[in-house]
Amino acid sequence: MKKLNLSKGARTDLLTYAGVILAFIVVSTLKNNGGLNRSQVGLLVPICCYIVMAVSLNLVVGILGDLSLGHAGFMSVGAFSGIITAMALAEAIPSAPLRLALAMVVGAVCAAIFGFLIGIPVLRLSGDYLAIVTLAFGEILKEIITCLLVGVDENGLHVIFNYNGAKNANDLNLAAGGRIIIKGAQGATGTQTIASFTAGFVLILITLIVVQNLIRSRQGRAIMAVRDNRIAAEAVGISITRYKMMAFVTSASLAGAAGALFGLNYSNLAAAKFDFNTSILVLVFVVLGGLGNIWGSIIATVVLYILPEALRGFANYRMLIYAVVLILVMLTTNNPIMKGYLASLREKLGKRSEKEANEA
Amino acid sequence: MTAGSLRVLNPQNVWGAETELNRDGFYPSLHTTLKPVTRVNYLPERDADKTPILECIDLGISFGGLKAVDNFNIALGRTEIAGLIGPNGAGKTTIFNLLTKVYQPTHGTILLDGKDIAYMTTEQVNRAGIARTFQNIRLFHNQTVIDNVLIGLHNEMHYTMAESVLRLPRYWKAEKIARERALEYLSLFHLEEHAEELAGSLPYGAQRRLEIARALATNPSLLLLDEPAAGMNPSETAELMENIVRIRDTFQIAILLIEHDMNLVMNICEGIAVLNFGRIIAKGSPDDIRSNPAVVEAYLGRKGAKKL
Ligand SMILES: Nc1ncnc2c1ncn2[C@@H]1O[C@H](COP(=O)(O)OP(=O)(O)O)[C@@H](O)[C@H]1O
Ligand SMILES: [Mg+2]
Repeated sequence: MKKLNLSKGARTDLLTYAGVILAFIVVSTLKNNGGLNRSQVGLLVPICCYIVMAVSLNLVVGILGDLSLGHAGFMSVGAFSGIITAMALAEAIPSAPLRLALAMVVGAVCAAIFGFLIGIPVLRLSGDYLAIVTLAFGEILKEIITCLLVGVDENGLHVIFNYNGAKNANDLNLAAGGRIIIKGAQGATGTQTIASFTAGFVLILITLIVVQNLIRSRQGRAIMAVRDNRIAAEAVGISITRYKMMAFVTSASLAGAAGALFGLNYSNLAAAKFDFNTSILVLVFVVLGGLGNIWGSIIATVVLYILPEALRGFANYRMLIYAVVLILVMLTTNNPIMKGYLASLREKLGKRSEKEANEA
Repeated sequence: MTAGSLRVLNPQNVWGAETELNRDGFYPSLHTTLKPVTRVNYLPERDADKTPILECIDLGISFGGLKAVDNFNIALGRTEIAGLIGPNGAGKTTIFNLLTKVYQPTHGTILLDGKDIAYMTTEQVNRAGIARTFQNIRLFHNQTVIDNVLIGLHNEMHYTMAESVLRLPRYWKAEKIARERALEYLSLFHLEEHAEELAGSLPYGAQRRLEIARALATNPSLLLLDEPAAGMNPSETAELMENIVRIRDTFQIAILLIEHDMNLVMNICEGIAVLNFGRIIAKGSPDDIRSNPAVVEAYLGRKGAKKL
């Protein structure tokens, strides 16, 4: 038999796919056999969305090395453009999965466009400046969506940009039988919830394929070169703006797709959901999972998303315990002694598996 | 003092042109009186009939009031190995930064293969054919040795982002070829067995060699080496010397190097420019430089003169 000669990176990628697929099979089996209660089932789609958010943010923060604090902004662009698409096409496309897929594509494209436009000024900055400006753009996107009134009737889409708050849903002048899709600060109301766990799983797989394959290509190497040594990257002929933009737009579009899925999971959703706190939450997943570590982002998201829910029994203390766990994780992963211990453990395990491989 | 020298010193004569009436009794137009700058170029004979790969004309830069480089003129043959020497702070690294557009020159022209690079960025200059190493090594420390060279090969690969995400055949083909080429570059510097190690974990001398390998991977026509032998022991330096000559012979490119190791410079450079306080104080073959009293006095001192 031909021996597969894989590089370390490629092996990690394959293990990540395998882990995600395995987890999906286990969870769906549990779900179909009544092994999960209602509230647990309710967590599945948001977890998928946040995994995609974390992996895509890792592309910017971990792989490109720029601290972005506005990732939730792209999620909201994706969410509301996705909701509008799905709702407007409710009659035209009766198949829910197809409508969902289309909504996610539209969400991704819209977020990518915003990512590109925001990237033009933002990517000229670096460090703290970039972080602050992305934060501002995230908030601006949220405020813009808060001003939107959108409805659909047999004449098509009606959109009002209600910048001074003087208008309300009646000004949309919908014909009889029309539906209001977005109602200003109240956000999307009466959305048909067509999101599904399977769609979330597929989106995670697509995200992993995009991000992991990108990292192990000439483009990915260029992005990491910009992160590691900007001057040296320029000196070997790498266009800084081009590759910063590539990482930023790719990340935004994946966040947009996740947003669309997220938006179509709730019948009511306000733009305020995608505020600074959400951006920080995703950033916490990325940092605790390890910068540039894709499977780390996935595991950190799952654990940290489930933890507050699992601690519901502790009522008043649950956020306290959550905070303590966060601090402990941070201390242990950044502690040099712990790091040394983990490294030696990894080495031992590596040696053992090598030995086994040699014996086999 | 002659009239000629007065004319040059006269600050009102901004054009540096002769202001006497010409024979016909008219004030001359600029066209007829601007004299071509005479440039003395020392090109190796084999390159003499071709366009120099690099030509600097009156190149200069000031930082605030400090003229870090001033009136820098050189020409480099297409397969020449040339040296840039001078005491610390003379402006040598600044010249490399000007050539690669890390700094914008305050005046002067840089011609690469006869073409002006005034409007190019660092990255475009590299694609146009200048590759460099850095005095304080700039590797991608957290990436493997082979990945460093693969990053150097970036513009030698041509598949798109869609092709890499979908892993289309062009991706596999280009990656395979690039990997083979990267190993070839590494083997030039005896680094192939370290291919999968992190660049930052290599010993100092090996890091310097890896940086040259990465620069070569960008397929340059002019290679700039900033103190390539710094921190190397004598046997490493001797090997480096051989390597530099071999690179030139194999790839038929020009190499301009900054170096303090006089043995290396005098042995492999065909042309040498000596810099002091941002100005060239001597230019010529190693023999010219050795016997140049200005160099011996101003730069090498008595000790240096003995060494030469
Ligand atoms: N970016 C800069 N800003 C101000 N001064 C600079 C800058 N870069 C270089 N210099 C000055 O230019 C002079 C030449 O420096 P450099 O080219 O590094 O010398 P060396 O010949 O040792 O390589 C020094 O006096 C240095 O301080
Ligand atoms: Mg220097």
